[in-house]
Amino acid sequence: MNNLLVLPILIPLCTAVILILFKEQIRLQRGISVVSGILTILSTALLVTRVHSDGIMTLQMGGWVPPYGIVFVGDMFALLMVMMASIVSFAILLYSFSSIGEQRERYYYYTFFHFLLVGVYGSFLTGDIFNLFVFFEVMLISSYALISLGGTKLQLRETAKYLLINIVSSTLFVAAVAYLYAAVGTLNMAHLSQRIAEAGQGGILNVIAVLFLIVFSLKAGLFLFYWLPGSYGAPPSAIRALFGALLTKVGLYAIIRTFTLMFVNDTSLTHSLIAWMAAATMILGSIGAVAYKDIPRILNYNVIISVGFVAFGLAAGTGDSLNGVIFYLLHDMLAKGLLFILGGLIISAAGTDRLSGMGGMIKKYPLLGWMFFILTLALVGIPPLSGFAGKLLIIRGALDAGMLTLSLIGLGSSFMVLYSLIKMFRLAFWGNEPERELPAVNLKRASAVAAALLVLVIAMGIGADALYAYVAQAGEVLASPAEYIQAILKE
Amino acid sequence: MELVMAIAIGILFTIGVYLILSKILLRVVLGTSLLTHGVHLLLLTMAGLKRGAAPVLGNEETYVDPLPQALILTSIVISFGVTAFYFVLAYRSYQALGTDEIDSIKEVKE
Repeated sequence: MNNLLVLPILIPLCTAVILILFKEQIRLQRGISVVSGILTILSTALLVTRVHSDGIMTLQMGGWVPPYGIVFVGDMFALLMVMMASIVSFAILLYSFSSIGEQRERYYYYTFFHFLLVGVYGSFLTGDIFNLFVFFEVMLISSYALISLGGTKLQLRETAKYLLINIVSSTLFVAAVAYLYAAVGTLNMAHLSQRIAEAGQGGILNVIAVLFLIVFSLKAGLFLFYWLPGSYGAPPSAIRALFGALLTKVGLYAIIRTFTLMFVNDTSLTHSLIAWMAAATMILGSIGAVAYKDIPRILNYNVIISVGFVAFGLAAGTGDSLNGVIFYLLHDMLAKGLLFILGGLIISAAGTDRLSGMGGMIKKYPLLGWMFFILTLALVGIPPLSGFAGKLLIIRGALDAGMLTLSLIGLGSSFMVLYSLIKMFRLAFWGNEPERELPAVNLKRASAVAAALLVLVIAMGIGADALYAYVAQAGEVLASPAEYIQAILKE
Repeated sequence: MELVMAIAIGILFTIGVYLILSKILLRVVLGTSLLTHGVHLLLLTMAGLKRGAAPVLGNEETYVDPLPQALILTSIVISFGVTAFYFVLAYRSYQALGTDEIDSIKEVKE
């Protein structure tokens, strides 16, 4: 029954292909998308419960025994990521019904949306490093299409930049895979981990590790994030939400996988490099979040801060902080998805994305305002909400590892998140209404989606204990790669 | 043979990087294309340049490692798709923005 593991990839793939056929029937496209989203959530929930009871699932493509064939691995970490991604993407799908506009829907928006999901889920589930590259590309090519969909001048300009950055980093990815294949002669991640441990991770493997770190950092926005705020700000808000919630997380997932499974024998160079990059990312992200006064940029810099925070948890590398990393990633996907949806709602309610032209929206949209406020508290990590458990675990683990300075930077970045979002809340919702006529928009349907996500954010905070059982199981695999290797190579 | 390959890869990388750094969008696209081809050759060389029969069971004693070729094939397909997209994008931005120079594209506002 391990074949079930392919469902999260197969369902969106088939959906995307089917949707190509119905270019003009937008209602039908929406219906099919919703059904596919629900099916994906159900199938991943099933997979999570199975892995919880039976341990890691593996699926060998075409019956080729690892390390020869391509293998799909469903460990708890990967499946939790897939599950959260499917929930968040479903919410964004519902949000895009009312926000994306018929023109874009007609030009295969839902098709690209589902192809992007194929890439995201595939990157989480694959156990082969070259296959990871392929799924990355599936994801990236769909994202190129989504980011330029509609073809406004701003979008064209930013896509050209985004495309160039990603082509160069993909090129480096293939080069890194080539070097790795030359050094250890395998591409299966579990087998790689074994071979690298045997070889003792000397100088050349460290160089390869750093090359991988550069590649994944470019995709995740860890330190090398300078392309991110502009490019993620160009497309409409539903696509922005999709990117902010999912794409950087895939890069982070790859970093975490690589540096907890493969390059773990000599952590002195790589992990201290990750720690420095995390610190720089948090500081620079905070500066950006505070400096700008238009909503897309503030939100994009908030994405960067959380990327730095997760990387910091990884650099600490204790059991606690790794659990925290998983917890925080799950929270962050959910909360960032919601944050971008709310940001999009605010923009469409105010008719501008500049904070200077807003004000007094609390009278007209009280629900929107308070949802934004509660979400801010969740992102900062106020206890009953979802951000708390992850932050607590990461900081505690880092203090155990003796990383005081970085912990302080991490906590400081939380204050900057608070400051930047509260500033946004204050300028958009308090004060006087602007003189000009506000656009009349109906936000009911989109607000319902946001409210549902907010309930999940609260539930995830209150039910942190229940979730922790799953997170701990996922963290165990990260802390000891032997378990992962055992499950795949079965020796 | 490895030496020749190494020099070829080096040349491809150099020209690729030079073109990417130039100021015309079309050249940038060609640069990325050359860079990817350099990487494909790198992949082939790093996996070891071997001679032998096709990797089919029951033929001869020495076989060529089929894996790098499979990887390169995959990568070529991907790079083909991305390059095609990039050309279309460059053409569309030339139409919409009225220029293909990086400097003037940067100054374009909404």
